[in-house]
Amino acid sequence: MKAIVNVYLKEGVLDPQGKAVHHALGSLGYNSVTDVRIGKQIILEIDESDKDIALSKLEKMAEELLANTVIENYTIELE
Amino acid sequence: MSKLKVSILQFPGTNCEYDTVYAFKKLECDTEILWHKENLEIDCDLLVIPGGFSYGDYLRCGAIAKYSPIMRSVAKYADNGGKVLGICNGFQVLTEAGLLPGALKRNDNLHFISRIQHLKVISTNNAFLNRCKEDEILNIPIAHHDGNYFVDENTLSDMYSNNQILLKYCDSEGNPMVVNGSIDQIAGVCNRDKNVFGLMPHPERAMESILGSSDGTKMLEGFLSQ
Repeated sequence: MKAIVNVYLKEGVLDPQGKAVHHALGSLGYNSVTDVRIGKQIILEIDESDKDIALSKLEKMAEELLANTVIENYTIELE
Repeated sequence: MSKLKVSILQFPGTNCEYDTVYAFKKLECDTEILWHKENLEIDCDLLVIPGGFSYGDYLRCGAIAKYSPIMRSVAKYADNGGKVLGICNGFQVLTEAGLLPGALKRNDNLHFISRIQHLKVISTNNAFLNRCKEDEILNIPIAHHDGNYFVDENTLSDMYSNNQILLKYCDSEGNPMVVNGSIDQIAGVCNRDKNVFGLMPHPERAMESILGSSDGTKMLEGFLSQ
């Protein structure tokens, strides 16, 4: 099955790339944008038939490698 | 007195290992380079994780290197009190591996910063900076894209009370200077047991006055005092 892991900086951890993009959108005239956060999306194909097993493995992967939980949060979606 | 033995790790993408060899040879140490796939007992007086771009900085700086086979030996060596110094990418690897607190984010101006930078010595009561004086100003090259040190407030206050904050960025007068967005302008830290050290600046590139600064000498010489 296909899994999508989204990794992004925690609330309260300043996101310098998001800030730069926010500023650039402002200079393009998109003044209604009040915040921009940039993260990354990791798309995995995983050979598991049981969703719960896949989910628990993905959580371990996120904790161990895909995210740095000192500064980042993550979400996991299964398709 | 027997010579100090310094082991220096090499990952794919490491590029400061030979500068580090040069610096410690200049201090009359024995040096060896250890390839990351070695699965051996680390036996040295100081282990250095040098600068570079291990694994192309893929995913996050240091994130892949922390699972190299040799890192298991590094963790064991550090747990037994062995001294470890991480410079630049080495600092990133040590935070990723959980051997040092905090994390290093993208510089707040999003630029790769490469220049000679003043640093203020904050704490000298350790195996690394014991040849320096508190509040002394050093001049050391920095060269990084992800040196924006972050640590949560509680951990930071513990680190202050335990003298784990070692170096901060400053101007030539010693005033705090924002360089890359690091919390409290922190440039270098150590762990609670004061045997694992990490810094973004490159003391191994500051060993010759003719190349801009020799202040790296008195930093690295600290390890000879033991």
